[in-house]
Amino acid sequence: MKDIHKAIEAVWKIESTRLVAAIARVTRDIGIAEELAQDALVTALELWPEQGIPENPGAWLMTAAKRRAIDSLRRGRMLVQKHEQITRELEWQQQQLGDALEHSLDLVIDDDILRLIFTACHPILAMEGRIALTLRLIGGLTTTEIARACLVPEKTMGQRIFRAKKTLSEAHVPFETPRGDELRSRIDSVLLVIYLIFNEGYTATSGDEWMRAALSEEALRLGRMLAQLLPGESEVHALLALMELQASRSAARRGKNGEAVLLPDQNRTLWDYAQIQRGMTALEQAQRLGGGAKPYALQAAIAAYHIRARTAEETDWGGIVLLYDALLQINPSPIVALNRAVAVGMAQGPAAGLNALDAAATLAGDSALAGYHLFPSVRGDLLMKMGRFTEAREETQRAMEMTKNLREQELLAARLKQIEKAALST
Amino acid sequence: MRFMMIVIPKGYESATPNTVPSVEAVAKMQEYNQTLQKAGVLLALDGLFPPATGARISYLDGKATVTDGPFAEVKEVIGGYWIIQAHSREEAIEWAKRAPMSNNEIIEVRQIFEMGDFPSDVQKAAEGYENLPHSGSKE
Repeated sequence: MKDIHKAIEAVWKIESTRLVAAIARVTRDIGIAEELAQDALVTALELWPEQGIPENPGAWLMTAAKRRAIDSLRRGRMLVQKHEQITRELEWQQQQLGDALEHSLDLVIDDDILRLIFTACHPILAMEGRIALTLRLIGGLTTTEIARACLVPEKTMGQRIFRAKKTLSEAHVPFETPRGDELRSRIDSVLLVIYLIFNEGYTATSGDEWMRAALSEEALRLGRMLAQLLPGESEVHALLALMELQASRSAARRGKNGEAVLLPDQNRTLWDYAQIQRGMTALEQAQRLGGGAKPYALQAAIAAYHIRARTAEETDWGGIVLLYDALLQINPSPIVALNRAVAVGMAQGPAAGLNALDAAATLAGDSALAGYHLFPSVRGDLLMKMGRFTEAREETQRAMEMTKNLREQELLAARLKQIEKAALST
Repeated sequence: MRFMMIVIPKGYESATPNTVPSVEAVAKMQEYNQTLQKAGVLLALDGLFPPATGARISYLDGKATVTDGPFAEVKEVIGGYWIIQAHSREEAIEWAKRAPMSNNEIIEVRQIFEMGDFPSDVQKAAEGYENLPHSGSKE
């Protein structure tokens, strides 16, 4: 019994995106489309344990969804947005809807999936709503799974998804692929959503490890999907490259006791070289399309520089500084400047790094980032390397107070010990 | 999670060295490959020449003995494989069920070990892997 439920869940993960996309083409409302698809799943959960999984589960689910659609229409509960409900039209509409749904699954084309992705990532939604809806509609994840992954109570996540669907519906957001100038910004939104999902899984250090790994894998899968749907967009390939290259190091990022291991100290034998290969191929594709100087491509190229070095000492920090220079021109953010300062410190020595860090701090100004623990953390590291131990200690302690992340605190505590030791030996 | 879907075509064990799949079979397979690719789950795939062109190397007390193919005693041989990403064993099985295989073919689904699946002493023994060829070394 448990096995069949797992099998149904697997079918759902494979079929749900196509199913929702196909229904949404007819209903033009992804909220309604998702409800109908969910209804079909409920029917499957009732019938399949007894009857077995049908040979073509996608078509079966579509038929079930169609029945539910016609039922609700009959009861007048369904609001097909384009039309005012008029009783004498009802019969005709049922027929139309039935026919349209009948054919929509056979016809499901890449554009439907793309429309679904663009709608779920619509800028009208708050970022957390976009993430939740993308995981739900394109990831095929349950509300429970999304809640677990995003570390919020299930009820909160349920409301978040409900609100997002309502917002789309009330704003009459069309179920379509944007065109012209709008396309660019809409692609940016999709890429950002995918990258945030990836980071949610990759960088956070608390919560359910398994679920978080699943989140990163899901982001990678979305990235690969998008690279198929928008093959001419260099930044789509570049984001995929960036994620593959970062994920290739996951096994090396945690020590035996779950502690964070920073890049220079990682055991490079634990990197996944097949994944690196995929990342490098995607980066080459982005560059071939002429997008080598765009933000995700530059970040992926930086990751590639790190990975090409057989040992931390062999890292070409000079090359990395150049890439950060280019990135800073497009995106003059304090975080980019901070990362650049680290690279400058490695390439040109801690004093130069400290100058670059001052510039980054100026960029951060009084913004919330001024309170970001990595600023004093990096400063402490540079000062230690310059032998200014008293200041290094102060900065490191300050960083410790600024972060709540236990693993970061452990790293900083280790740094403090290192400073004490270095101070004693001089 | 990664899974390998291993294709075991019956009869391939005795196929002649110049055996190639039919145009129809390749076209169907290509369609399936694209489905996997569009779903974002395909990580790698390859097809293999018949075992008649291969060799088996067996080992006894450290001594290697080479036998050229075909291998008369072997009942099942590998014809090719896909590597896919899936949330679960069940999902990998669902993908395998969708493959365009004919009556005499089998797909075996197997999960791939990740480094983290090994105990730490085994991970340690795997060191030196970085010296194997990889994409970083090709330029």
